[in-house]
Amino acid sequence: MTERLHPDPRANTGAETIADRAKFIRTETLRLTRIAGAGHYSSTFSCAEILAALYYRILAIDPSDPDWEGRDRFVMSKGHAAIGLYPVLADLGYFDPAELETYTRLGSRYGDHPDMKKVRGLDFSAGSLGHGLSVAIGIALAARVKALTHRTYVLLGDGELSEGQVWEAASAAAHFGLQGLVAIVDRNGLCIDGHTEDVMAIEPVHERFAAFGWDVTRIDGHDIPALIETLEALPPPGKGRPQAIIADTIKGRGVRRMEMSLDWHVGNLVGEDYDDVMAELEAGLQPYVPYEPEPAQ
Amino acid sequence: MTTEMQNEAEIFRGTTLGETRLKDRRSVRGTPKTGMPAFVLGEELAALADTDPRIVVATADLASANRTNDFRARHPDRFFNFGIAERNMITAAAGMASSGLVPFVATFASFAAILGAEQIKTDCAYPRQKVRVVGTHSGMSMGFYGSSHHSLEDLGMMRAVADLTVACATDADHLRGLLRIAVDQPGAMYIRLGRGRDPKVYDAVPDLAFGRAVTLREGRDLTILATGSTVRASLDAAEALAADGVTVRVVDMWTIAPLDVAAIEAAAGETGAILTVEEHNLTGGLGSAVAEVLVDLPRIPFKRHGVPDRFVEVGPPAALYAHYQLDAPGIAGVARELLARKG
Repeated sequence: MTERLHPDPRANTGAETIADRAKFIRTETLRLTRIAGAGHYSSTFSCAEILAALYYRILAIDPSDPDWEGRDRFVMSKGHAAIGLYPVLADLGYFDPAELETYTRLGSRYGDHPDMKKVRGLDFSAGSLGHGLSVAIGIALAARVKALTHRTYVLLGDGELSEGQVWEAASAAAHFGLQGLVAIVDRNGLCIDGHTEDVMAIEPVHERFAAFGWDVTRIDGHDIPALIETLEALPPPGKGRPQAIIADTIKGRGVRRMEMSLDWHVGNLVGEDYDDVMAELEAGLQPYVPYEPEPAQ
Repeated sequence: MTTEMQNEAEIFRGTTLGETRLKDRRSVRGTPKTGMPAFVLGEELAALADTDPRIVVATADLASANRTNDFRARHPDRFFNFGIAERNMITAAAGMASSGLVPFVATFASFAAILGAEQIKTDCAYPRQKVRVVGTHSGMSMGFYGSSHHSLEDLGMMRAVADLTVACATDADHLRGLLRIAVDQPGAMYIRLGRGRDPKVYDAVPDLAFGRAVTLREGRDLTILATGSTVRASLDAAEALAADGVTVRVVDMWTIAPLDVAAIEAAAGETGAILTVEEHNLTGGLGSAVAEVLVDLPRIPFKRHGVPDRFVEVGPPAALYAHYQLDAPGIAGVARELLARKG
């Protein structure tokens, strides 16, 4: 294990707290989307548990010292889910949560896609899909050059795995033996135009990473104990195989009408719909049942 | 390799003495071998890295072509070969820079600036990371390799990116001077190199500053603003024009962004005519940049000289330079036409 140079009050946060913070990510996403008038609900909801597990338990970070050289790095390759990350960074103390009231408004530091030069606590900018794994490789190589032992985590969407650059990076990570690199794929099944397997198939995605020379674990990405167990069982950073976690998730998880729906990649809930969905989120995750809309009258 | 073999190799590449023939049967001669520097890229970066632990170097399967293998020999732990995967290399360099390193990544200009344009814009320039993307073998210096390997659009594309320094190396000593000031320049940078056999212009490593062009020759009747491989040819053209009784100022416009606006304004005011010369498409390059300055000034005779907006023929580089009038006689001819307009 990396020796944590800074005291970390988040260590050993329990699954219950992480579930509560995942709920917080979803409710804040709803609230901020209303400010913007449009937001990436369903891509954010699919990775809420992953973000919460990382930021409230796994990452060795220090919000009072965002530039701490020995910190773990997190690259948000699926930058369109930044709406779920900003509230976490504010909640951890990187900046005043009140700043989020400016979300996406003219001159705000917080846009739909995240800008590292504006957002305190953000390790890299994102937005153009397929770049994040390469960024993470650079950070991991820099750690090697500087003899640092932190881990570098990157969260990828499943749709962006169609970008060729991801596989250039997958080759390089294995070639350079970046065992401290952890790629988590939010495998929510949908891209904008349809199911990934209909638009551009990526399965068997775990076998693809394994064939590129990665250690691969496939888990339920909403199962917090499984996330914790997998993330805490990773081998130490050093020279070895890079680590991939394929997290099977449900796009739009937490809001029945959004779950596995193609209609909510970007949306805006107002009025009663907003209140209903907020109440649904506040009640916490219910067992997943495929949503069947009521037939039109 | 014997001297004879070396000469034969250079003739084959079309960068040195040796007769080649164009389809119009015109005989042309290549660039004199004397004073032609090989790349000093890897060697100079290795020297800088001796005292600066931030410097790392990467390439995409071209370590021998761009001489970054000279860096690898001295700093193997700070050298990364990414294979033929330029986009991953450029973005990874941005990741390295975010951790405080200063990466220089080198490959052919066509694959650095054009294939990697979006990575340079989104991952290097926009987050203002200190990545130095080095595009070697720029322009049409790849000669008969053809348009896939030519880079006649890179200045235009890179110039359009905000917060990106764009600079052209002129010769070996100039490249050394440029690399020395590149390390501490804020933000991302694109450095454009020629074939590595570009003729000598500078007698010693020049003292450079971004945004400050270098006046190499004074004159009163015309200013030639040149860049990269065309600087030596422009100086030789100025020498030829001197025989006509015309004095020509020659300025090395190596700093494309930031541009030396004062040098352009001075040239316009003091010599009353400007000719830009570049191994680049006339659309978007140095000539376009200078035109953007001149449009706000009183009108003077002005001409952009470069490659017309089309894909060029294949041929040995020296033959191509002659064909497109980018050698000294060609530039002198274009200058005479412009001077005739000045009256």
